[in-house]
Amino acid sequence: MTARNSIRFLRRGEVVELTAVAPIRTVLDYLRLEEGARGTKEGCCEGDCGACTVALGSLKDGRLVYEPVNACILLLGQIDGKELVTVDDLSVSGKLHPIQQALVDHHGSQCGFCTPGFVMSLFPLYQSGAVANRKMVVDQLAGNLCRCTGYRPIVEAALAACTGKPDDAWSEARLEIAQTLAGFDDGTDLFIGDDEEFFAAPAFDEALARLTEKHPDAVILSGATDVGLWITKQLRPIRKIIFLGRMRSLREIVETIDSVRIGAAVTYAEAEPSFAAIDPDLAELLRRIGSKQVRATGTVGGNIANGSPIGDTPPALIALGAGLELRKGRQTRALPIEDFFIAYGKQDRSPGEVVAGVSIPMLKRGEAFRCYKITKRFDQDISSVLGAFKFGIAQGRITEARIAYGGMAATPKRALKTETAVKSLSLDDPAGWAAAADRLAEDFQPIDDHRASAAYRSETARNLLIKALTEMAGEATRNTRITGMREFAHAG
Amino acid sequence: MPAKVKRIATDTVGLALAHDSAELHVQGKAVYIDDMREPEGTLHVAPGYAALGAKGRITVCDLSAVRAFPGVVAVLTAGDIPGINDCSPAMGDDPILADGEILFHGQVVFAVIAETRDAARRAARLAKIEIAGELAAITVEDALEQGTEDVLPPYEFRRGDPGKLIAASKSTISDSFHVGGQEHFYLEGQVALAVPEEAGGMLVYSSTQHPTEMQHCVAKMLKVADAFVTCECRRMGGGFGGKESQAAQWAALAALGARITGRPVKCRLDRDDDMIMTGKRHDLRIDYRAAHDRTGRLTAVDAALLARCGYSADLSLGVNDRAMFHADNAYYYPAVRIKSRRLRTNTVSNTAFRGFGGPQGMMLAERMMDQIAHRLELDPLDVRKRNFYAPGRDRTPYGMKVVDNIIHDVVAELEKTSDYRARREAVRAFNAKNQVLKKGLALTPVKFGISFTLIHLNQAGALVHLYTDGSVHLNHGGTEMGQGLYIKVAQVVAEEFGIDPERVKITATTTGKVPNTSPTAASSGSDLNGMAAQEAAARIKARLVDFAAREWKVKPAQIRFAKGRVIIGNQSVTLAELARRAHQARIQLSSTGFYATPGITWDRDKVKGKPFFYFAYGASCSEVTIDTLTGEMRVDRVDILHDVGRSLNPAIDLGQIEGGFVQGMGWLTTEELVFDTQGRLSTHAPSTYKIPCASDVPEDFRVKLFASAGNPASTIYRSKAVGEPPLMLALSVFSAITDAIASLKPGCMPPLEAPATPEAIMKAVKAMSP
Ligand SMILES: Cc1cc2nc3c(=O)[nH]c(=O)nc-3n(C[C@H](O)[C@H](O)[C@H](O)COP(=O)(O)OP(=O)(O)OC[C@H]3O[C@@H](n4cnc5c(N)ncnc54)[C@H](O)[C@@H]3O)c2cc1C
Ligand code: FES
Ligand code: FES
Repeated sequence: MTARNSIRFLRRGEVVELTAVAPIRTVLDYLRLEEGARGTKEGCCEGDCGACTVALGSLKDGRLVYEPVNACILLLGQIDGKELVTVDDLSVSGKLHPIQQALVDHHGSQCGFCTPGFVMSLFPLYQSGAVANRKMVVDQLAGNLCRCTGYRPIVEAALAACTGKPDDAWSEARLEIAQTLAGFDDGTDLFIGDDEEFFAAPAFDEALARLTEKHPDAVILSGATDVGLWITKQLRPIRKIIFLGRMRSLREIVETIDSVRIGAAVTYAEAEPSFAAIDPDLAELLRRIGSKQVRATGTVGGNIANGSPIGDTPPALIALGAGLELRKGRQTRALPIEDFFIAYGKQDRSPGEVVAGVSIPMLKRGEAFRCYKITKRFDQDISSVLGAFKFGIAQGRITEARIAYGGMAATPKRALKTETAVKSLSLDDPAGWAAAADRLAEDFQPIDDHRASAAYRSETARNLLIKALTEMAGEATRNTRITGMREFAHAG
Repeated sequence: MPAKVKRIATDTVGLALAHDSAELHVQGKAVYIDDMREPEGTLHVAPGYAALGAKGRITVCDLSAVRAFPGVVAVLTAGDIPGINDCSPAMGDDPILADGEILFHGQVVFAVIAETRDAARRAARLAKIEIAGELAAITVEDALEQGTEDVLPPYEFRRGDPGKLIAASKSTISDSFHVGGQEHFYLEGQVALAVPEEAGGMLVYSSTQHPTEMQHCVAKMLKVADAFVTCECRRMGGGFGGKESQAAQWAALAALGARITGRPVKCRLDRDDDMIMTGKRHDLRIDYRAAHDRTGRLTAVDAALLARCGYSADLSLGVNDRAMFHADNAYYYPAVRIKSRRLRTNTVSNTAFRGFGGPQGMMLAERMMDQIAHRLELDPLDVRKRNFYAPGRDRTPYGMKVVDNIIHDVVAELEKTSDYRARREAVRAFNAKNQVLKKGLALTPVKFGISFTLIHLNQAGALVHLYTDGSVHLNHGGTEMGQGLYIKVAQVVAEEFGIDPERVKITATTTGKVPNTSPTAASSGSDLNGMAAQEAAARIKARLVDFAAREWKVKPAQIRFAKGRVIIGNQSVTLAELARRAHQARIQLSSTGFYATPGITWDRDKVKGKPFFYFAYGASCSEVTIDTLTGEMRVDRVDILHDVGRSLNPAIDLGQIEGGFVQGMGWLTTEELVFDTQGRLSTHAPSTYKIPCASDVPEDFRVKLFASAGNPASTIYRSKAVGEPPLMLALSVFSAITDAIASLKPGCMPPLEAPATPEAIMKAVKAMSP
């Protein structure tokens, strides 16, 4: 089968087809340096400030959906098959888009450098047809930093503009756009470049197997929320990229009564409902991974594969008892997810092997789950400590325990000694909890770094266990936490 | 009570107009320097530094791989500088390129010029630089222990003998605490584009608050006369003090590259480089002892402000002086000694940042109020009020008399509108009931002195042209960094000519039009430039009035400018018509304007005089909740009442207040600068350095302008400066956190340090455990 050797995307109503694409070309550099469209700004070039936000339109289950993404760490090849909308496109012959007008009316810009990014983060919210409330808006904007305004006028502009009735050039052209995007979906493998330097985006298992066998040295790419920084910050000379975002088999979510299997290339945003269906704390955990931009491209598989000790989903998945599926060539193997993390920077994955998916058991009757992410800033921050707890409870006693932490060791890790100590504890024995929590010192010897000291990590890890037990013993979370209250969550 | 001031009726001044560039901002059409279409052949420069080492001689500097990298045009080191290798604002101690030694990690050793920015950055990583490492001082404590020579001599304010009074007093407090620094995190990083001109000239586009200093720096670096260098800045994507002196190095490197290659050169820093290589807000250790009476009123204060200045002086003199000037905030210290040490460390040179030391100084004042209150178990607000400046208690530690004090009124009103007393009770009830979560409440004042304490900087110039179609070209020495200076000054000029502000074309700040300018800093932008522009416009107007009086044979008093027309007796013409006729009559339609702030005197050596033209006042009330198991904190509600005199533009002023508050809140809560033991900044990116984001701003955020009769000082339309003072409103957040922790152990002061990160809060919580 021949592969397509160009990328195609929709831009300003026209199809753009590019054949000469350097594998590591970012969308931001493409816009600013090649197109000369300089409305989109670079504030950090690492996905954290949102100044470079652009919107991508794509079909999800046949529906046209817009999502904000960070152009600075998004590779041009990743937008194949999508619509690219930038701030330069929004006003029509001098007439401001409703979002733009609202920002002007509410004095939402001061220095203005962050403003294009805010406009483009709000654009998808506007198109979604949702009637925005404050909570939605601040979540939508978590990935956009503004150093001037203090955000209040921007939030108010968003509330004023996103009233649930999109009325602009995009809402008018929805059908047409959806048709064009559907037309892009040719289901072919994509390969641009040659054997020495390429951007490959296979669609089929066969092609992926062939590529990974032939090029075990190629970088596997999912959302680029890590790999993007290798390119922009570490300036790694990457020449071969295999992008998984077009792999149908890796993009499936399969829900059964007792488990959910999430394909590795499913984005955080796409996975959110499945996580939420298990427990509200997981919904909140997903919501607090990065920002809308990061969640639109970053994947669950990438979060596991990169093996970071401070990745957010692994401790939760370990506590939940999830199983990991790996694939090499045509071979597949499965293992409990905690066994995947061997040491710092070392996972049980051979070159050319890909993470294919993760299977998460649903909570059973008598099981309770809690997880807590501790950061300096609530939104878009990396955990200093993350604690995840799954307990089986019968007659006020803990019968089963799975406890895992992030940020406490060189890998996401189970607290095996503490688990033993917790088993058979009574839920109305706080003195007993304290003794069990002391065992954490045997499970973990955390380190000092710029996020937190070892002492703080140890203390907090201990307190999180106490907090989980306090809550499971019946205390309402509005009395035990200041964010992510379970009482207000829908699921669970 | 301040004297009553006369109200002047205005058409344009006082309107809540949008920022002049708002429509461009939202469309991405506002052009920042990196958005300008590059002149043909533009090259790019990237700075290079040693991967390891904070202090020591450069023993190896092998740049051969850098030079060999494809696309590299030139690699510059100190020896390539034709003139003076310095980009300091005054002291001559900031090499543009390191000369033989480095004094902090991240100091620029060389610069690569290449065809693309990407090539320059990649090449810069290939250098082999080794440093013969010497013992480096990273922290304030290191500097004190190692006895490094201070960057500047110590300075002191003193009245009476506080030491003796404190020793004799039965009620004393003392403490030693740290106040963190702050990264500016302007969204647009440092950037400059230098374009060589004929005959040795250089045009430098720089994102800077101080074009004149850029001009001077580039001229002496290139060894050309100032007149050969022009520096221009249309707008910055944020400044906050970080583009005052700190913009110079990048302008200089671009200009040096342009001189050596003969081609235009752009220098745009990568964010991480920017954070590593440019100075920040000074962090301080503050040591103090104080005595008070039974009611909590201070009788004596003896404090030392120990500032980490970094490796060079930069603006540390002014910054630390201002910290001292604000160590009293709104409180009277009967006997007082404020000492300041300017410590040298092997870290990047700290610099101006919104508030310019003032916020750090005020932390002392509020700390003492909290400590007295929590120790005596009094309501901190009562202690604060008891200590306010008042008649007979109105001399600052530096001898200036406070004559415009409105803090009593501001605080009384906010106390009422914020429902402080009822909420105090609610907080108490909440804390009695809750084990894990604790609430805190605090209402703190701000009194901030307006004027540069370096007196000669209190001047400004403007240039106004009236064209024969009635449109106006406006230029002045102030720069636009988002604070809305341009629109405010345009409103003043529009008011003067009685025209729509849209008829006033705002133009880029350039040393070629208005020379010898002061930095746009110290909140002085509209005070100074507004006055200068008003004078320029008024001069043109006076000529027109004079001409019209002659032409139409009416008295000058019968001529008025309003709504785009000029009313001359009982006739009226358009401004365009009058301009055209005046031009025919050979009347000059262009004028400069100049302003120097009157009545300020400050003799630093004698510690005597009146450094400030007036004070700006405000107050804020914050309520927070902390989690005593994790140290997490949420700001629940904030009420602000701030005095801007008579506002030139209430929308812009509100924006400054809210933005300043949130920035201050970040400084005191989530923003933490961490240097490792080798002197490397570990938090050099937004992934690790956390400024507030949208969800950190309290949902319940009530901000009001104080109903002012106008500034008693004769400022432009009786307005007050608003750039910096609101940042310090955020001290109420810190005090509220202190208050929440204090609830754990009545009678004790929580040893909370700034920033109050979850970890810092947990530390203080643990210290308060029974
Ligand atoms: C602004 C920002 C905020 C962030 N916030 C958070 C946060 O809050 N919590 C958190 O946990 N993380 C956070 N991250 C980190 C990032 O989201 C994770 O590391 C993410 O999981 C990476 O996923 P990705 O799909 O983008 O992976 P990529 O960047 O594409 O790849 C990451 C690594 O995994 C490998 N890889 C990817 N997919 C596979 C696969 N299927 N099989 C084998 N190898 C694979 C790649 O080769 C690479 O080594 C943040 C990142 C950014 C930029
Ligand atoms: S430039 Fe900051 S997120 Fe892209
Ligand atoms: S307006 Fe300046 S950063 Fe947002």
